[in-house]
Amino acid sequence: MSVRRAKPWVFAFCLVPLGVLVWRAFTGGLSANPIEFITHSTGDWTLRFLLIALAVTPLRRVSGWTVLASFRRMFGLFAFFYATLHLSTYVVLDFFFSIDLILDDIVERRYVTAGFVGFVMLIPLAVTSTTRMIRRLGGARWRRLHRLAYVAAVAGVVHYLWLVKIDIRPPLAYGAVLAGLLGIRVWFHYVKRTSVVEVPRRSTSRPTTAAAS
Amino acid sequence: MLIKQAPDIRSSEITPERVYRNRRQFLQTASGAVAGAMTGSLLGRVHGAAGAQEPIPDLQPSAFSTDEAPNAFDDITTYNNFYEFGLDKGDPARYAHEMTIDPWSVRVEGEMNRPAADVALDDLLRPHTLEERIYRLRCVEAWSMVVPWIGFPLGDLLKRFEPTSKAKYVRFETLYRPDEMRGQRGRSLDWPYVEGLRLDEAMNPLAIIAVGVYGKTLLNQQGAPLRLVVPWKYGFKSIKSIVKIQFVEDQPRNSWNVAIPNEYGFYSNVNPEVDHPRWSQASERRIGSFFRMRTQMFNGYADQVASLYDGMDLRRYY
Repeated sequence: MSVRRAKPWVFAFCLVPLGVLVWRAFTGGLSANPIEFITHSTGDWTLRFLLIALAVTPLRRVSGWTVLASFRRMFGLFAFFYATLHLSTYVVLDFFFSIDLILDDIVERRYVTAGFVGFVMLIPLAVTSTTRMIRRLGGARWRRLHRLAYVAAVAGVVHYLWLVKIDIRPPLAYGAVLAGLLGIRVWFHYVKRTSVVEVPRRSTSRPTTAAAS
Repeated sequence: MLIKQAPDIRSSEITPERVYRNRRQFLQTASGAVAGAMTGSLLGRVHGAAGAQEPIPDLQPSAFSTDEAPNAFDDITTYNNFYEFGLDKGDPARYAHEMTIDPWSVRVEGEMNRPAADVALDDLLRPHTLEERIYRLRCVEAWSMVVPWIGFPLGDLLKRFEPTSKAKYVRFETLYRPDEMRGQRGRSLDWPYVEGLRLDEAMNPLAIIAVGVYGKTLLNQQGAPLRLVVPWKYGFKSIKSIVKIQFVEDQPRNSWNVAIPNEYGFYSNVNPEVDHPRWSQASERRIGSFFRMRTQMFNGYADQVASLYDGMDLRRYY
């Protein structure tokens, strides 16, 4: 199947978590505390899509399956989509625009601060996700900007870690996957410097930044 | 379970008939509406075993009851924190039926004049008159419910065992039976679950032993066959499925305090001004209603219990 034909399917697949929520809403499946249920579900899917988007490049490089890269933007935008739903649930459903309570929360609750920082990081990434914006920024600058995704993902995991009552295993699981995905980038970076770029062994000269980026 | 007829009750303790009837009427309407809404829903399928409950007749109303609308039976019985059965709110409703509650006895011991004893449930409950106590329940996680408990004052039970002057605290333990309580196979908390009250707190007439809800005996996920209900404290103080009551001289370490001492104290009184280190306690979500509401000092029971804490720094003794 060509990328063009696969995209609508992948898109629809990414909407399944939202569909499940809607279905549950109409069948009474959102538990006694629906707002909490929606908040947790959209939060989980934000993290999952962030990790999926961050897995694309390592997977592509390991498998050589370059077609994966065509879906990275979609996964990233779905992370932003679920993050927006997550934040909206908090602002609209949970606090119903009680701005004073929300501001108090952002400043005083470190888990809210972390989550909010993560969300703010995603905004420029979503805004600059169009092909036109990539061209306008230029590849190198665009790639540098989009390293914010790493910060956002770390903020998301920390946000989760700081809010759980006692069972830290789920946030640690997300953290472990994220650490793996970031670690493999460091490793790639190192491999690229020493082998892909043809630097003579034992040479003291460093590869140029342009070659290493 | 043995159910005793009520003796006379002082007229001052009786909720005005109009109020009481309104409440009853509301309950009927509300539970009917809820039952209708729940038909075919997921929740309905998660727990259908309400048939295990025995009805409790001839309940006395209580002046301590709130007139606020009680939460639906399905909310009260499917959204529970009972870590002995798992960490998810739905786990107790899914797995608590694995716990055997018959036969049941409670070990009572410690600083008391009566000899230590294993008291069978019926013997423990027989002397007491059951009342309906409609209480607010405020969880430390900032949600709340209104629950129509059935029970009797804890103090009446404790007095029967004649605590000595050395008895400064009461310590409670939950059943420990990992083969029937799957959450106890993991180490989310240090099992068995332990809670405690200062003796004067325990003697306060608001503190009750609950054996039922909505006119019937408790379901397992609610802490059957008997549990504590201390409405001015966060929910985790109200220990479930009690198997041991001890009169002790030193303040016991309660399970949440052992787990995370800087977040959960011994007192754990509902207090909108003393936040949990990681989240605010200023407001709460009442299950079943859309708007957040402000949390009240001592969960709205300040008139009855504030004097217990006169002169205490409630920030320090959280």
